[in-house]
Amino acid sequence: MRHIISIQLFNYGRRQRRTLSKKDLNIKIDELESSLGTIKGLEIQIGRITDEEWEEPMGPTPFPSVGTFRDWDKKLLNRYKPFYMPLCDLCCLCTYGKCDLTGDKKGACGIDQKAQQSRIVLLACCIGASTHTAHARHMLNHLLEEFGRDYLLDVALNTNVEAPHIRLVCGYKPKTIGDLEEALDYVETQLVQLTAAAHTGQEGDNLDFESKAFHAGMLDHVAMEIADISQISTLGFPKGVSEAPLAQMGFGSIDTKKAVVMCIGHNVLPSVDIIDYLMEHDLFDKVEIGGLCCTAHDNTRYDNRAKILGPISWQLRYVRSGIPDLVVIDEQCIRLDIVEEAEKIGAPVIATSEKSMMGLPDRTHDDPDAIVADLVSGRQKGVVILEPRKVGEVVVKTAMAVSPKRKEFKEPSKEKLFENMEKCRGCLECVMACPNNLPIMDAVKACAEGDLSLLSELQPLCVGCGRCESACPEDLSIISYMYAASADQCKDECFQVRVGSGAITDVEIREVGRGIVFGEIPGILALVGCANYPKGGGEVAKIAEEFLKRRFIVLATGCSAMDLATTLDEEGQNLYEQYPGVFDAGGLVNVGSCVSNSHITGATIKIANIFAKRPLRANYEEIADYVYNRVGAVGIAWGAMSQKAASIAAGCWRLGIPVIVGPHGSKYRRNLLGRKDKEEDWITLDARTGDDMYIGPVPEHLFYAAETIEEAIVMTAKLSMRPNDTTKGRAVKLSHYIDLSKKYYGTMPDDLELFVRGESDLPFTMKVELLEYLKKKGWEEGKIGMPDPTLLDRMIRRKK
Amino acid sequence: MSAKLRPGQTAEIAGPKHAMVFPKPTVVASMIKRAKRPLLVIGSKAPEIVTDDGDLIDYAIKIGKKGKLTIAATGHLIGEFKKRKAKNVYSIPFMNLGDRLRDTDWNGFDGKGHYDLVIFAGSQYYMEWLVLSGLKNFAPNLRTISLGNLYQPNASWAIGTVNHSEWMSILKEIIENLEEKK
Repeated sequence: MRHIISIQLFNYGRRQRRTLSKKDLNIKIDELESSLGTIKGLEIQIGRITDEEWEEPMGPTPFPSVGTFRDWDKKLLNRYKPFYMPLCDLCCLCTYGKCDLTGDKKGACGIDQKAQQSRIVLLACCIGASTHTAHARHMLNHLLEEFGRDYLLDVALNTNVEAPHIRLVCGYKPKTIGDLEEALDYVETQLVQLTAAAHTGQEGDNLDFESKAFHAGMLDHVAMEIADISQISTLGFPKGVSEAPLAQMGFGSIDTKKAVVMCIGHNVLPSVDIIDYLMEHDLFDKVEIGGLCCTAHDNTRYDNRAKILGPISWQLRYVRSGIPDLVVIDEQCIRLDIVEEAEKIGAPVIATSEKSMMGLPDRTHDDPDAIVADLVSGRQKGVVILEPRKVGEVVVKTAMAVSPKRKEFKEPSKEKLFENMEKCRGCLECVMACPNNLPIMDAVKACAEGDLSLLSELQPLCVGCGRCESACPEDLSIISYMYAASADQCKDECFQVRVGSGAITDVEIREVGRGIVFGEIPGILALVGCANYPKGGGEVAKIAEEFLKRRFIVLATGCSAMDLATTLDEEGQNLYEQYPGVFDAGGLVNVGSCVSNSHITGATIKIANIFAKRPLRANYEEIADYVYNRVGAVGIAWGAMSQKAASIAAGCWRLGIPVIVGPHGSKYRRNLLGRKDKEEDWITLDARTGDDMYIGPVPEHLFYAAETIEEAIVMTAKLSMRPNDTTKGRAVKLSHYIDLSKKYYGTMPDDLELFVRGESDLPFTMKVELLEYLKKKGWEEGKIGMPDPTLLDRMIRRKK
Repeated sequence: MSAKLRPGQTAEIAGPKHAMVFPKPTVVASMIKRAKRPLLVIGSKAPEIVTDDGDLIDYAIKIGKKGKLTIAATGHLIGEFKKRKAKNVYSIPFMNLGDRLRDTDWNGFDGKGHYDLVIFAGSQYYMEWLVLSGLKNFAPNLRTISLGNLYQPNASWAIGTVNHSEWMSILKEIIENLEEKK
């Protein structure tokens, strides 16, 4: 008689023997012979039904807890040590404080400066991940109610791996939108644990805080995936690039003769109901629906007749233009003075999320016509409506009724917009308040004397924060002045943006996997994030173009995906029109909104799984090890601003994907920097033999703030190198690194010898020149190894 | 004097420890002269800063030559120095430089030892603010000087917030008082 019985007990975040509870129990009997008979392959799990269709065995880390990947994180953090730059030397989080932590001082609780900085990083990542998780929860609850738990997930064409993050992290394969709940429950539970770790008297070590920040990032990508695949499946969004049409963006895309609705935020649900109402009542020719920030992307994914007004930085400018007849806010990235700003132009505000109620009265349960009457008459400047169906009706009726009454606001005279500018005292407060110290005062003074050119030049550089106005002792409307100075040009601006395509399909992964892993496609560049740029959004287009020409795969999301549409070539075409929208060398793909970022990291996971056949199920470390050592992906968040950007980046770090941020990104308080001058930091294991091997500093950094766009471009080429590159692949990557260094630095790279493993790595056309250079540097052939690279002992196939 | 202590961006208030403002330019020159291993860090905005006879890179080259300072060019600036045939100039990203300066085991660009005085000019204001914050907190024995015209509270010493013409005369005076080291 043979008994082979394994019992696996799961708790969110643990896989160990423990006290049984209903939710935890999972009994698996591979084979049992007894007097009653033979039982084979029986698996009983209380709490959920195990998916029997996924034959892949359960990996080592289903539902990992806060500390599960601590060792993996520390391997990375040992190579990429944090360089902390406190934005504040004090801690003011408890009543012992304020505590001065400068230098080697400690706070009343015993915390030191490094731990405090990493604690703030963790908190930022928790806020970011919680925001996407709350978004996902709102989305999923609504969709479950509307479509039912058994609604099948249908994420991308010809795609089996529909949810790489859920499969990798949680270890199960969701089939329906109801199946997504378990992953979301898990993420919420873990985020509470992480937030608790930041309480006074809990975690005290900076690297443990960092590891927890990585954990928050990993969870964030699960949450983003849930939010996006649930909406793709149910709302008819494009399921891959072949289904993504073009949409229009910019002031000029809006027909101001129609009633104009402006939707701000990230959650598409209220907009969906507005669009549905317009369709059901055949009102698209009377109402224009435009969006700002990620809601705009998702509106166009739902119906490409919706317009993208622009990135987050255009929010205040757009309101000041007077064009919107009504403002709808959902969640995230909303200006918190939006009600006050909208009131100035006579536009009512409708808040649609409990997270952003803005002090407005809740009219969810009132009669729609009564709400419309109150808004149109001005008795209420705005309302909260939490029932989406009611939002659609109230928004459309109100906008149509308000629009004819707002003529004086819709086309404000330049005299009105330029009002009071002669009162400028020349105090420089505006310049000192500006994040980029733009020469606002000079521009305002010149404008007051009739020269509009300086203000007009500032417009594309302005991040639209409005701090200049807030600082001005005369309360001058500087943002309005900037808009007025370039209004004629703005009104004509209409750009084409490819609609967000969602997940990268399995077929696309199969086609490019080899080229990416062997380095023959020089890299994947993801341009993501917000619009807090040092010199305007045009820089994003410049970065994208540089790498598209070099046949990188360029992906974009969020505000970056909008900003790269605003630069036109001589024929008036932007990058979406010049380059194919394919996930292949030289292709430019708008993946979608913030939550679509999960598909970018998801693509790297799928390369490891689909192309390299690495087990995916609950096998995070091995997949991350693969991505880190083999997939030349680099993220650039050139205008990263938010806590969400921090947690998105943290999810990349744990997977070993380097992230570059613009100069304002240095305010995230720390970089994760490699030291190329320390050879001992770049020793890796050869999975074939278990030998230690020096691989050179690839990739050199994990999180890095670049001072200039030129620096970011050259660094991107460098960070795309991986130890696994073939000689051909490394030669391609080196040729870009050298060429870009010459172009933007005016000189050869000064560290080339660290990346050339042998003569065969050298680009053929430069071989003679480079060998001479390398000789001067004392370069030795073969010093840098070409292992089957891994950081994990368990991946060694033949130990000595 | 109070105006000089105002940071270059309104909200960039540091903690309890903040930079002293130089009483006069000759003090800067004598600090540089007294330093054994001084390093001059020039940031990416230097080409935009116009001086009487060129830009801040020209001034940096003069300071480097007269004071025998090693120069670290951050961002993508190295090409500009090469064009002007400046010597003893190294290219390094600003973040990497901050990271290395806080490492007491780092022996500098030439391998001859850590720097004892680091002078900053021409950087993006807020980036310099943050790098100086990193050094203030984690490289307590390193003396730092900000030669920018906006007060950098996290430096050990700073010129403070002054207008352009005043700034230029201060820089000129510093250069004049930097006798060439033998």
